Amino acid sequence: MNRQISSVGRRTALKLAAGASALIVGWRSNAQATLQESEAVLSPNPFIRIDSTGLVTVISKHLEMGQGVSTGLATLVAEELDAAWAQVRVELAPLDPARFNNLGWGRMQGTGSSSSIANAYDQMRQAGAAARSVLVSAAAKAWSVPADEVTVSQGTIFHRGTRRSGGFGQFVAIARDIPVPKDVRLKAAADFTLVGKHVRAIGNRAKTDGTAKYTIDVALPGMRTAAILHPPVFGAKPISSNKKEVQSLPGIDLVDTISSGIAVVGTDFWTVLRARDKLRVEWDLSNSEQRGSSEIREEYAKLLDQPGTIVRNEGDVAGSLSSHGDGLVEAEFEFPFLAHAPMEPINCVAQIADGRCEVWAGAQIHSIDQQNIAKASGLSPDQVQIHTMIAGGSFGRRTTPDSDVMVEAVEIARLLGDGRPVKVQWTREDDVRGGRYRPAYTHRLRAAVGRDGIPVAWDHRIVGQSFLTGTPFQGAIKDGIDPTSVKGARDLPYDIPNLRVELHSPKIGVPVLWWRSNGGTHNGFATEVVVDELARKAGVDPVVFRRRLLVKSPRHLAALELVAEKARWFERPSSAKGWGIAVHEAYGSYVAQVVELQDADREGLRIRRVFCAVDCGKVVNPDIVRAQMEGGILYGLEAAMFGSITLKDGRVQQSSFDTYRVLRMSEAPPIEVHIVPSDAPSRGVGEPGTPPIGPALANAYFDATGIRVRRLPMFANG
Amino acid sequence: MFKLKIDGTTRSFDAQDDMPLLWALREKLGKTGTKFGCGRGLCGACTVLLDDVPVRSCGVAVSDVGGAKVTTIEGLTGKVVEALRDAWDQLNVPQCGYCQSGQIVSAVALIKTHANPSDADIDAAMEGNLCRCHSYQRIKAAIRLAAKQLEANQ
Repeated sequence: MNRQISSVGRRTALKLAAGASALIVGWRSNAQATLQESEAVLSPNPFIRIDSTGLVTVISKHLEMGQGVSTGLATLVAEELDAAWAQVRVELAPLDPARFNNLGWGRMQGTGSSSSIANAYDQMRQAGAAARSVLVSAAAKAWSVPADEVTVSQGTIFHRGTRRSGGFGQFVAIARDIPVPKDVRLKAAADFTLVGKHVRAIGNRAKTDGTAKYTIDVALPGMRTAAILHPPVFGAKPISSNKKEVQSLPGIDLVDTISSGIAVVGTDFWTVLRARDKLRVEWDLSNSEQRGSSEIREEYAKLLDQPGTIVRNEGDVAGSLSSHGDGLVEAEFEFPFLAHAPMEPINCVAQIADGRCEVWAGAQIHSIDQQNIAKASGLSPDQVQIHTMIAGGSFGRRTTPDSDVMVEAVEIARLLGDGRPVKVQWTREDDVRGGRYRPAYTHRLRAAVGRDGIPVAWDHRIVGQSFLTGTPFQGAIKDGIDPTSVKGARDLPYDIPNLRVELHSPKIGVPVLWWRSNGGTHNGFATEVVVDELARKAGVDPVVFRRRLLVKSPRHLAALELVAEKARWFERPSSAKGWGIAVHEAYGSYVAQVVELQDADREGLRIRRVFCAVDCGKVVNPDIVRAQMEGGILYGLEAAMFGSITLKDGRVQQSSFDTYRVLRMSEAPPIEVHIVPSDAPSRGVGEPGTPPIGPALANAYFDATGIRVRRLPMFANG
Repeated sequence: MFKLKIDGTTRSFDAQDDMPLLWALREKLGKTGTKFGCGRGLCGACTVLLDDVPVRSCGVAVSDVGGAKVTTIEGLTGKVVEALRDAWDQLNVPQCGYCQSGQIVSAVALIKTHANPSDADIDAAMEGNLCRCHSYQRIKAAIRLAAKQLEANQ
């Protein structure tokens, strides 16, 4: 807490101490903030509020779910504002697409595809510079000095000639009357004091003292709690149940059918959970998905033998493959469904009262949620408000095009009809069994190197569900090709003259969704493992082999070269029992990773360490870039090693962290992240760390054992 | 009616006997710093101290708490927890932050029994605390940093 007020000046610090409880939270709801700051607040644009104590509140138009974006946006604002980092805090923007749209998504408000920093980089700097300009003009007016003699540093405004100085707060009242300039001059990168430097992330303190508020912590007067009984197989509907009997239990207010299952509503979560256990339901299975993983896999295997939709076709693939039989590599890959399993189980609070529907949630795609909430509440979109709460992880889970849990909460609020708020809380089991998985895929890849050791042909067929089909994002599907299914395959960075990519998008009744890096997580695996095989076939070192093929992809190459240098790839350590490398681009960021395996006493092999190089363009927060690489790597590593959702007769066989195994601390290898210096536009880092680790591990495993991993997960679940 | 010693004060509330301490803390007493992650003792998000021993509050019925002293993330004070919080802040440990209440509680219990924990001690003490953002490497470093700071300030 002291850190946050220390450099604001003594007088201000005293004032702040009085309101310290609000300060240490880091985030507050918009309603609270407006109340407390109604007197003199400077708000030159939707992204900044400066109050009379000098506190700078940055309004983050993007959801904070652990990816660090609120710190990133605040860094850009504070840089141009010349604020002291300690006087800056963040609030998450509510639903308001007119002001908070993602500039990369047209008029839509939302967070995803690692696009936040990329779209907001200039916008936040301009917002900060505009606020600075207004404050400078205000100080110049107050001191009767020329504005161009006024400087700002670390949250203090100076006029050297008259030796005057002051904090932001004392100029707020004057600044409010000064027109906000349209054109502002931005700093030269050489003058940056925050961008590209180490800062402590916004919210660190609140997240370590229990004061950070997530959706699960929302408590409103009169609020009820609900649990939902979802069908045992996807697509089933309740026919009859003992809901009247369950509704008569103490503490239970309502048990009724909603579109996703049966809602049990009562005083508190434990009471509704206990009551939910007593529900007996007869389900209509006629439109449900009753196949198991093995049946789905068999169907995919059949499709592998049939030509698919042509995604890319260059040269003469068939001819080239048949004339290079000596250099042929042929591989089939299987990838399971994967759950996201964010730490905060899915939840939402909704209230319908006075002709409005208000929702509190870790909302990720506000514009889509707004439409779904409007429909479910029977109100118009302009009667919907979403209060954005920080989210306990997402990894893609909160991007549901049908706003699943929000619609549940709104439907219940509507059924209750008494204006009281209701919180829907899923259990871990509800989450793991709830679908919205990374789709399962099957791949066949045939490729060949010529006598000179250079690849001549590449034939890649992919089978797996499209998750954009039937959603508001359907427009992204062109010529029957869901771009998320082929990312990493269609855009193969390697220069190969005869190249074909085909896609099958079978319809399966298992709901699927975005998952940290999507296509890269399977296409990146298949392609990087086959490239490694081709290198072996050619008898060339995998880095040397890739160099020759990446002449037209210099940023892939730069990441590869940096990771090879840092890992001392060409001076392989004697400890390295297995040594593997992979490179992948996602959302404009280029990431290469090296895995080193070593002998372990009992378990055979263990990962000694991971090296990572990332080129994400200009870096805003290097430590957050490193943190996202670390997290992305381990997220991909656990998926490659253990991650698997399986179905039997349509029923999900996993339920919690005992059966859906995730990485624990002792299993997490040390990771060393290096950033490629770059002046390219800033790109995202939340997702791109995930794809390369699986193939780098598989390639290291082959190096150590001679066994090719082609079916994930590598190790049985559990 | 239960009467429990929680975060230094005695709190009275009504609840079913089998209600887990987690839900009593969160929904009866408004102590929401303690988080729900799985309800089965598999993730550690709900870790609290029961007479200074870390336990998963989702697995302790309120009727079993008796006279034991309950300390949640919100009731932790003193130089050990402050050193940990500062180390977490310096090293940017939290990402989504949802697991970090439990991580801090487990780390406090570790430091109190092992002033200078080895990597193996840290692994053993923290093994039950999952982090889905995978901040593990930083948690480890932060525990070592806090231990060093505490030793230096002795």
